[in-house]
Amino acid sequence: MQKRVVFRSRLLPYLLVLPQIAITVIFFFWPSYQAIESSFFIEDAFGFSREWVGLQNYFELFDDPGYLKSFRTTLIFGVSVAFLAMSIALGLAVAANRVVKAATGYRTLLIWPYAVAPALAGVMWYFMMNPSLGIVAYWLRSLGVDWNHYLNGDQALLLVIVAAAWKQISYNFLFFLAGLQSIPKSMLEAAAIDRAGPVRRFWTIVFPLLTPTTFFLLVVNLVYAFFDTFSLIHATTEGGPVDATSVLVFRVYNTGFIGQDYGSSAAQSVILMALVIGMTFVQFRYVERKVQY
Amino acid sequence: MVENRPFLTFLTHAVLIIGVIFLCFPVWMALVASTHGPEALSRSPIPLWFGDRAWENYSQLLAGGLPEAGGVPIGRMMFNSAIMALVITFGKIAISLISAYAIVYFRFPFRMGFFWMIFITLMLPVEVRILPTFDVVTKLGMLNSYVGLTIPLIASATATFLFRQFFLTIPDELVEAARIDRAGPLRFFWDILLPMSRTNIAALFIILFIFGWNQYLWPLLVTTDESLYTVVMGIQRMVNAGEALPVWHYIMGTAVLALIPPVLVVVAMQKLFVKGLVESEK
Repeated sequence: MQKRVVFRSRLLPYLLVLPQIAITVIFFFWPSYQAIESSFFIEDAFGFSREWVGLQNYFELFDDPGYLKSFRTTLIFGVSVAFLAMSIALGLAVAANRVVKAATGYRTLLIWPYAVAPALAGVMWYFMMNPSLGIVAYWLRSLGVDWNHYLNGDQALLLVIVAAAWKQISYNFLFFLAGLQSIPKSMLEAAAIDRAGPVRRFWTIVFPLLTPTTFFLLVVNLVYAFFDTFSLIHATTEGGPVDATSVLVFRVYNTGFIGQDYGSSAAQSVILMALVIGMTFVQFRYVERKVQY
Repeated sequence: MVENRPFLTFLTHAVLIIGVIFLCFPVWMALVASTHGPEALSRSPIPLWFGDRAWENYSQLLAGGLPEAGGVPIGRMMFNSAIMALVITFGKIAISLISAYAIVYFRFPFRMGFFWMIFITLMLPVEVRILPTFDVVTKLGMLNSYVGLTIPLIASATATFLFRQFFLTIPDELVEAARIDRAGPLRFFWDILLPMSRTNIAALFIILFIFGWNQYLWPLLVTTDESLYTVVMGIQRMVNAGEALPVWHYIMGTAVLALIPPVLVVVAMQKLFVKGLVESEK
């Protein structure tokens, strides 16, 4: 955990950690404390008076069908994004791992979307799926699908799922590829000598050996879908139509900034914090790690 | 490759090519749309090949102000994005380097306490503490300023861990040698540790630059003054223009401009990018 040989100084180490700690306290701990505190109060919109209400904000949330629906939407959204982005990425990684020629070329062409902001991914897909002039909507219509995500909530949700997954494929691809490359060739050769075909080899050797990577990516993808896609939804569907794409993070923002209901927004923040902490815990506790902190 | 199967090789390339097309197609459409005028984009199906208005559209975007985007040229927004991304990147690297250095190379009361304080910030993304953080920034008078845009995002648990992990692999003999030569802690940091961390710093730079450039929620909250808008956030004003029809040729042009810098960084420094990504996630 620490060096055998260290420097001696009374003041210097404190000065060195000061900037990091100061920012952490001012912009992380203090606001988080405030969120927890104000989740127990009801405040009027102007902030003049507030009243201690205990857990009422929380109870109201769980009585609110809108909030429960948001939970469901978030879950559908998160699981679909993770599944779509991971399965496509795995397919591409397995293919890229087989290629000998032009491997770098393919890799370059497959990893750049990592750099595209979720908001931009959303806007580009929003344009392609636009019911009146989007090219994908046009193709869908010629296939007999009546695409209109302005009216149809399920289609709007599908739109943001596809856009969010599109952006995340490159990330998963890189990690799957790294995982595949660390599988010993000798194992696969031994299986081939025993006359196991490529499909069989994949399901009995490759896929089980990739489990740590898969699990790690699952957690990362869920966190991405739950929290980082706020921008994607805000820039495109704005939670609509009605509430169809209003995921939990979007709701916190909406309740707080648009609805000005601070107590409820704070309570939602606290629930989200608990969710992130839980997921981080799962990631650190169960995911096999090469590095020990 | 374990065995030679021509069909499988064909399938492999087919999968990869379809994947590449799927990933590139949205950007292709954005590029195409940004070279047309509004008339071409008003009837379906829209063209799949470039138009002749690229120069007009892009010069209007970069230099002229668009009423749809609040009257601020996209060039200005890109400048703001660049400032934000660079300040966040250098700030994160600098304060993480020194705090990791303190935690690894010194023994002092509350050392582990500080370490855990930094660790916990991993679990508190802006998205979950939107309102209270906004409150704090308002109280500090940091709204509508570059300071407000950057400083609150400058703490980094990931970078601190990465540097800490790296410092732990540096042999103790180096410190002993430095001490025998009567180099003080700052001298050791500057002359030995920093040059040795170059590759790690570069790899992290790429990841953090992308992170900074792609910020959305934070600029949305702390800027109401259009001249401080960043490009990734500013595009949203044009898309959700209310009653007016969205100006798709400009929106797609803005999208292309907004994704060029981070994509260029990734493509140009691919090796370092992969290293940075894989290591910062461990």
